[in-house]
Amino acid sequence: MITTQSILPLYPILISFIASGLIAISGRFPNLREAWTFVAGLCKLGCIVYMLPWILKGEVLKITLLNLLPNLSIALRVDAFGMMFAIVASSLWILTSMYSVGYMRPLKEHAQTRYYCFFALALSATIGVAFAANLFTMYVFYEILSLSTYPLVTHHQDKEARGGGRKYLSYLLGTSIGFLLPAMILSYVLGGTLDFSANGVFSTMPSLSVVTLLFFLFIFGFAKSGIMPFHSWLPGAMVAPTPVSALLHAVAVVKVGVFCIFRVMTGIFGVSMLQLTQLPLILCILASITILVSSLIALSQDNLKRLLAFSTIGQLSYIILGVALLSASGLKGSMLHIVMHAFGKITLFFCAGAIFVATGKKYISQMKGIGRKMPFTMAAFTLAALSIIGFPPLGGFLSKIYLIVGALEAQYMWVMLVLLTSSFLNAAYFFPIIYKAFFLKPDDETNTGIKEAPLLAMLPPVITAICSITLFLYPSVFNSLADLMLQWGVHQ
Amino acid sequence: MIETLLTLQLPILIILAPLFAGFLTFGIGSFNKKLCAPITIVGTGLSLICAIQVLSQVQQKGPVHYFLGGWIPPIGIEYVVDHLNGMVLVLIAVVAFLTAIYSVKVVEKELSKRIHFFYTLFLFLVTGLMGITITGDAFNVYVLIEIAALSSYALLALGQKKSFFATFNYLIIGTIGACLYLLGVGFLLIQTGTLNMPDLAYQITLQPYSAAIFIAFILMVCGMFVKMAFFPAHGWLANAYASAPTAVGCLIAPLMTKVSVYVVIRVLFSIFSVSYVFDILNISNAVIVLAVAAIVVGSIYALMQQHFRKLCCYLIVAEIGYMMGGIFMGNANGFFGGTYHLIADALMTAALFMVAGAIYYKQGTLDIRKWAGLFKKMPITMTCFIFVACSMIGIPPTAGFFSKWYLISGALQAGHYLFMIALLFSSLINAVLFFRIIEYAYFGSFSSPNSHSQERSEAPLSMLLPLVLVIICMMVLGLYSQDILKYFIAPINPFLGN
Repeated sequence: MITTQSILPLYPILISFIASGLIAISGRFPNLREAWTFVAGLCKLGCIVYMLPWILKGEVLKITLLNLLPNLSIALRVDAFGMMFAIVASSLWILTSMYSVGYMRPLKEHAQTRYYCFFALALSATIGVAFAANLFTMYVFYEILSLSTYPLVTHHQDKEARGGGRKYLSYLLGTSIGFLLPAMILSYVLGGTLDFSANGVFSTMPSLSVVTLLFFLFIFGFAKSGIMPFHSWLPGAMVAPTPVSALLHAVAVVKVGVFCIFRVMTGIFGVSMLQLTQLPLILCILASITILVSSLIALSQDNLKRLLAFSTIGQLSYIILGVALLSASGLKGSMLHIVMHAFGKITLFFCAGAIFVATGKKYISQMKGIGRKMPFTMAAFTLAALSIIGFPPLGGFLSKIYLIVGALEAQYMWVMLVLLTSSFLNAAYFFPIIYKAFFLKPDDETNTGIKEAPLLAMLPPVITAICSITLFLYPSVFNSLADLMLQWGVHQ
Repeated sequence: MIETLLTLQLPILIILAPLFAGFLTFGIGSFNKKLCAPITIVGTGLSLICAIQVLSQVQQKGPVHYFLGGWIPPIGIEYVVDHLNGMVLVLIAVVAFLTAIYSVKVVEKELSKRIHFFYTLFLFLVTGLMGITITGDAFNVYVLIEIAALSSYALLALGQKKSFFATFNYLIIGTIGACLYLLGVGFLLIQTGTLNMPDLAYQITLQPYSAAIFIAFILMVCGMFVKMAFFPAHGWLANAYASAPTAVGCLIAPLMTKVSVYVVIRVLFSIFSVSYVFDILNISNAVIVLAVAAIVVGSIYALMQQHFRKLCCYLIVAEIGYMMGGIFMGNANGFFGGTYHLIADALMTAALFMVAGAIYYKQGTLDIRKWAGLFKKMPITMTCFIFVACSMIGIPPTAGFFSKWYLISGALQAGHYLFMIALLFSSLINAVLFFRIIEYAYFGSFSSPNSHSQERSEAPLSMLLPLVLVIICMMVLGLYSQDILKYFIAPINPFLGN
């Protein structure tokens, strides 16, 4: 692995940071304001894609920004996995911005300037986490992400939104200060560094009780990953406007949680050290419980967004499960699942929002016959649901296959059963929606014509659904990134 | 020639500038009240320039010694500036200078008839605090403590009606604290025959097991504990500070307690020594238990307050626990954390009280339940507030995070897990506390009756500017924490073995 010093990793973070300032000052001109978002989104994606060739060559781009503590700095480092996550987050940001315009304007939402401003800031922090070179930098951006998404969750400013926001912050800040901070300092005191490396930071293995303590502090410290019992902030956060739920609570924020867990497992502890303990098995069990319980809860939901939230909690635990297996295919599956699930779930949220914009309906029971009114939206919804369940030819199938192979490699037959059961449960909560939408007649027969959401709200889900298919057919970029990560970053 | 003479006299100029400005304000202020504020600003500004100069001298050439009246110690009084008090002097000067600017409008509004009294006392208080910090003589510390304390009693009593009783209470307790310290110095004098700190340190090593010296240590430290409102002697602080005039709060709340903490550091490591405190006496465990109690009690009381200034006062009680815990931790990281937090917390407290003052100036209330919609009305003030809140909670990369980082590292190394848990607990409480206020101030406008006035009414520039500057200082302190530790705190860290 060649490490190249380069300032490039800083740009994607700076671009959206500067954009949030520009958005804030051009609040009086909505078109200019949205233009900043798009310009920033394109520049950001451009920067990230520009770095891609280096990464694919097997290089790592690195820059140290500030030395804050001895042996510990704010430093950025782009490796294959960070690259993968950054591509997903930044490309989906552009689509979400488009969707935001299509969602926020027809609904005449208030405080749109604040909304776009903090959205840009949140994306800045997300890329910061993706490119963090050490746990400390990751922690800094992790906290910025929590704080910058708070105004988005509480956007509606009513009692429900305040409650949701309060829950959101108390779960995320509470766990990060209560668990993550001491875990980080303890690792630093024991290991002397927090830089991610495939061998972990501990030169000699601490005693098992210390490792166990650290392990659980880290796992529960990243509450953004939605692992039970620290999951209930996510359904609470569904009070946010749908684009926020779509990008942040299906992609950026929650994926940051599992991304951090992946990094800590492979970069702080190191795979070889964890294999000496039973801790990964315990994490497998925790993740499996989360998968099954959240799917069962999702079955009983009538509010579409809440259902999607519980589905997200389950799917996030797939990723954690893949890491916990510690086998090559398991790790690859979990990396790919970050991508595949992102495209699938964001489509579903987009559709839920589009339905709300077009008809004002939030509950599944009201959605009879909606497929006839909104054929494009519901077609996208169906494709995305199939991807989540894991049908070919959709992206979700690929990652699920890797996860199952990973389970077999690790010789955990029961994990395979959990994954299959979960697929079945996923089908059980998605098919009734699709059935209702296409095969039942609406309660009021009066207006039967096609009435889609505005183009800007309808187009993004269609695009992301098509992306899901494309990812199945041409996964090569993400595949090779995942392979590179396995080669250089995990098994050294 | 004149330049070198000036350079030599810089340490005394730090003290003389505010002292003479104090006499001037009283003399001139009796005739023309409008001249008081400019004189104060110039006086504290001069003091700030001198303090920065001295600090840079210390940084280049090592500690600066100044013999008062030309008398050679141990007979005469000696001023010593090393990295630690060089830093504290700059801190006092910065806060005093910014508060002087800040106070112009507030004093006109709150104390219009007694402007010159206020500024005179203000400057004497600054002189006293600077003197405590700069002197290298144990008895001189007591004298200056009394100068600072007497001016602060008078200043605090200028406040609202309640403040008379609260200040009287403070006067009694503060005097007890100072007397304890004086008694301790008396014991030392009898036992060693000297008052000069380096000389004392040498004499004490000759008789480490003397009971009289042990009692002297306990008396001095306990006296300062009372002065800094360390648990369980914290009761006076909230009442005394909460009802003080705005400008007084901004000056006293950040500095008075921190200077007492500084004196404890001096007593511990300049008069006594690491081996005396941690090996021979071995009282650090008891102090850390008290620190834990201070943090927990302070945080919980702060959470119960609806009055913003009272809330801040209880936060000070908790933060004093941070510092004492760090200093008594007995390792390098703890000392780093405690000393760094002394600086960081002074700036944070100053910022909090300035925010409180600005809001009180415009809205006339410090009840946080009535702050609905403040973000719309005072966006700059509230943005500053968010920064301080982040620092108090300890969100990186603000200053509060780094002090917490070192304190927790120190606690882990020393095995004081209880202290670590207390720190985390206090962070969480601070998060709840500050986000509750942010929520009121941000979203409150939708449910409250006084939402009809939504237009901006920001505090005047002379109040905003110091506030913003304090915030900038705080952020710089956070971002350059490693340099500050390396260049200023490491040279005086008694645990690093130099």
